[in-house]
Amino acid sequence: MSTVAKLQVGEIVKEIQLDPVSRLDLIKYAGASGDFNPIHTIDDEAEKAGLPGIIAHGMWTMGNLAKLFTEYYEDGFIQDYSIRFKGMVFLNDVITFKATLKEKLEDKLFFTVKAVNQHGNDVLKGEVVFHQYR
Amino acid sequence: MFKDQIGKQSNKVKNVVERGAVKKFAEAIGDLHPIYFDEDAGRLSRYKNNIAPPTFPRVFDYGVIEGLNLPNKGLIHGEQTFHYVRPLFVEEEIYCYSIVKKYFEKKGKFGEMGFLVLESYGEEETGSTIFSSTSTIVISEAVRKVLTR
Repeated sequence: MSTVAKLQVGEIVKEIQLDPVSRLDLIKYAGASGDFNPIHTIDDEAEKAGLPGIIAHGMWTMGNLAKLFTEYYEDGFIQDYSIRFKGMVFLNDVITFKATLKEKLEDKLFFTVKAVNQHGNDVLKGEVVFHQYR
Repeated sequence: MFKDQIGKQSNKVKNVVERGAVKKFAEAIGDLHPIYFDEDAGRLSRYKNNIAPPTFPRVFDYGVIEGLNLPNKGLIHGEQTFHYVRPLFVEEEIYCYSIVKKYFEKKGKFGEMGFLVLESYGEEETGSTIFSSTSTIVISEAVRKVLTR
């Protein structure tokens, strides 16, 4: 039986904690994604936009979270991935990703997912529906 | 002010899931798993191919929606969803476009906020859908004022 199929409802899949967010992380994401909005990389531009400093791309955080599921690629795939961005991620924040299995329904596994900062605040929250191959 | 844009659609654009771009993207999100870039790992997998991370469609070109002028500053990404029929394969061609799905305004902490929902699609050449996604973009009153000036 595959690893993902062994999970019990209520079980936390895994937690991943990232190193403190660095400017280079965001520069790399800007380059790789093509999102060059300067509030993510240039201090002056972030301040002009009324922010205390540069903030991470929401999609950077969402992209990072998805790696909780990468190792299950032989068992199935992420069919649905829905996220609400709840809070900003600043430089040096320490982000932790969590996924909890909420429900199993035939070939689908429903997870609640979130990213939490070092103050215990949710920065994003959502759901993953993992489609298992038969 | 975006209400009259609802239903508008961009032209379809052919995109290629480029091998190098997938590796760079996987690296940028700290998800450098061999299934994304190692050719042997791809060949030996059930997909017989490398795949791309689920948020990779961020890099695609979805074409231009005529008349939709979004500012390049002052937008807030509120929500994002992806729906997949199957994973994306490295080196495949995907035809992408977007539609303005919804626009509404709601009172919030920072005044009357605008919510623009864009729906995007990635299709095979035959027209069958590989993925769809929605992005909710929040536009503050201050930014909208600048736009109408």
